[in-house]
Amino acid sequence: MTAPSTHTTKPATGIAALLKTAVINALIALVLFSLMVGIRTEAGSDGQLTYWTRFGELASLVAAVFGGSIVIELLRQWIGPAGTERLVPPALQKGVSLVGRYLAPALLIFTLLVPVIFYNQRYILDLAILVLTYVMLGWGLNVVVGLAGLLDLGYVAFYAVGAYSYALLATNFGWSFWICLPLAGILAAFWGVLLGFPVLRLRGDYLAIVTLAFGEIIRLVLINWQDLTGGPNGVSGIPRPTLFGIPLDRSDDGLAAKLGIEYSATHRIVFLFYLILALALLTNWATIRLRRLPIGRAWEALREDEVACRALGINTTTTKLTAFATGAMFGGFAGAFFATRQGFISPESFTFQESALVLAIVVLGGMGSQLGVALAALAMIGGFELFRGLETYRMLVFGWAMVLIMIWRPRGLVGHRAPTVYLKKAQAISSDLVKEGHG
Amino acid sequence: MDYFAQQLINGLVLGSIYGLIAIGYTMVYGIVGMINFAHGDVFMIGGFIALITFLILISLGLTAIPLILLVVLLVSMAITALYGWTIERIAYRPLRHSFRLAPMLSAIGMSFVLTNYSQVAQGARVKPIPPFITGGHTLHESPDGFVIQLSNIQIMVVITTIVLLAIFTWLVSSTRLGRDMRACEQDQTMAALLGVNVDRTISMTFVIGAALAAVAGLMYLLYYGLVDFFMGFVAGIKAFTAAVLGGIGSLPGAMLGGLAIGLIETFWSAYFSVEYKDVAAFSILIVVLIFMPTGLLGRPEVEKV
Repeated sequence: MTAPSTHTTKPATGIAALLKTAVINALIALVLFSLMVGIRTEAGSDGQLTYWTRFGELASLVAAVFGGSIVIELLRQWIGPAGTERLVPPALQKGVSLVGRYLAPALLIFTLLVPVIFYNQRYILDLAILVLTYVMLGWGLNVVVGLAGLLDLGYVAFYAVGAYSYALLATNFGWSFWICLPLAGILAAFWGVLLGFPVLRLRGDYLAIVTLAFGEIIRLVLINWQDLTGGPNGVSGIPRPTLFGIPLDRSDDGLAAKLGIEYSATHRIVFLFYLILALALLTNWATIRLRRLPIGRAWEALREDEVACRALGINTTTTKLTAFATGAMFGGFAGAFFATRQGFISPESFTFQESALVLAIVVLGGMGSQLGVALAALAMIGGFELFRGLETYRMLVFGWAMVLIMIWRPRGLVGHRAPTVYLKKAQAISSDLVKEGHG
Repeated sequence: MDYFAQQLINGLVLGSIYGLIAIGYTMVYGIVGMINFAHGDVFMIGGFIALITFLILISLGLTAIPLILLVVLLVSMAITALYGWTIERIAYRPLRHSFRLAPMLSAIGMSFVLTNYSQVAQGARVKPIPPFITGGHTLHESPDGFVIQLSNIQIMVVITTIVLLAIFTWLVSSTRLGRDMRACEQDQTMAALLGVNVDRTISMTFVIGAALAAVAGLMYLLYYGLVDFFMGFVAGIKAFTAAVLGGIGSLPGAMLGGLAIGLIETFWSAYFSVEYKDVAAFSILIVVLIFMPTGLLGRPEVEKV
């Protein structure tokens, strides 16, 4: 933890003030960490608690806070007070907009080529599939949070509904993936409507808590309804997807045998890659198209000002409900894909952390920007991979990242977006001008 | 009937703990208008600090239980209050004039930070302590042998809660700080114009909320005899449910809501199923928000353009 700087309004000047701030911060850190870090407790084998001291770690943490606050204070003086207008040279602006225009197609082409380039690198392919899953989840949640401005903290519930729908239908009735996929989406959307109908009258943060509670309820039911869901053990042996009935395995009816090529386990990975890419692009395409329809415009209007929306005769409940159901449906699709990819699902995969991660992707991506969400998913999941060795620290870093992003760029990385409707000329809307709806 | 009475006692004790946490939610919501998502984790930190202080005091050779309890109470309140202050300073103050979802998201991030910080610092395993306050009173013994027990620890939890509530109510109603808090709740700009130090008042709100959460953490530790790094999440949601049920922004409402949630949870576990007790609590949150968004004692909110 870094301690706060004590001068937020009037920046400290001079070495003495700087040192004073740093000393105060270090003292605060010393008190905060004294017991939590300085003393380590552990239950012994006989159930008796023992403790030992860790003054070395404590000292280094306090020193880090001391050094860190000096650095932050210096940076702050160097950058200048918050809110200073910084002019971007026109040439750079032009360059940025040029990059912006070609970034999306370039990324898409690169993504299409990923299995070709990295054909022999299973690790990268798996990682790419994971990133694409989160891109899809991010785009799905973007409909709810980014377009309609409804804060949904229980998005993982719909992901879980989709995953369990496919898993249970496939293992109990032997239905194929391609029948279950739409069903999973429909069921998730159905749950979205079921939840949304009563709660969408609530204001923003109440809605957030209710969706969070809903997500937890779904998870607890999955854990406790052992007859249906297998409880904490989850569902295993979920069938792998087929290419419209042709399995991708070693057997004689397998795709490899039919095409007369040698079987390789990578075929299935590549197939999964293109499957999730197609699903994600479907989400993206549907979102972009929906934004041009009256309903999409109603969503965006709702985000900007709910009262004005109501005054204009938009049925806010229906509008919110459609956004909720659409987002839930994409979550359900992603869930079905997750189940078929893993072959095993358990309630462990559908915790609140997952919801928060997807939400962080949407927020980091700039709430409403499709490209931003994709980049944010890449950054987040890639970042998670970097911390793979430090399993316990990675959620700590994730939490700090969320706080710091909110402080540094509350509007996300891609803070500008093109308006859907305009008069004569499309002018980029700075996200600072955009107020989120509070409905 | 005896079984019912016993559950009533248990429920009231649990409800007192929830109520103490709920006050932190309701105060912050009343003044800053945000859900302090990390508050449940502040409660968890309070429990941990109490546990560590206990260990140190015992290994120093202290034996007088009341003295130990008093020191532990003060230490954990003080340090946890500093946590509350720091969190507000780092994660919420820079976002006070940002868009509405920003502080909420920052609070979620902070909640992750605190949970994982205590997991990293203190390990993932449950930390048990031996029972400190033992003994109790038998209130009633029915012919079939069922005994209604009121343990000393239960008495202590309830009495501490009542005393703290009394102090707290006095603080809000009759001191300068309380008046400042109420002024900030109504109109921050106007309060600032009239010479109220808004920043300091908001900081103090977080400090008081965190101190009460620390007491709740200590009570939880004494009552259940264990703490773990993940206990803040569920307790936090339940306490928030309590705050909403009581009417968010209303202090007696938070306590009332806490008691109600404690009772509902206890009776649900006693008569229906233990596995679904959290589901029951969360369902109540949903039902209350749908049918009674202002809660039991809350004021209806007027939407301004």
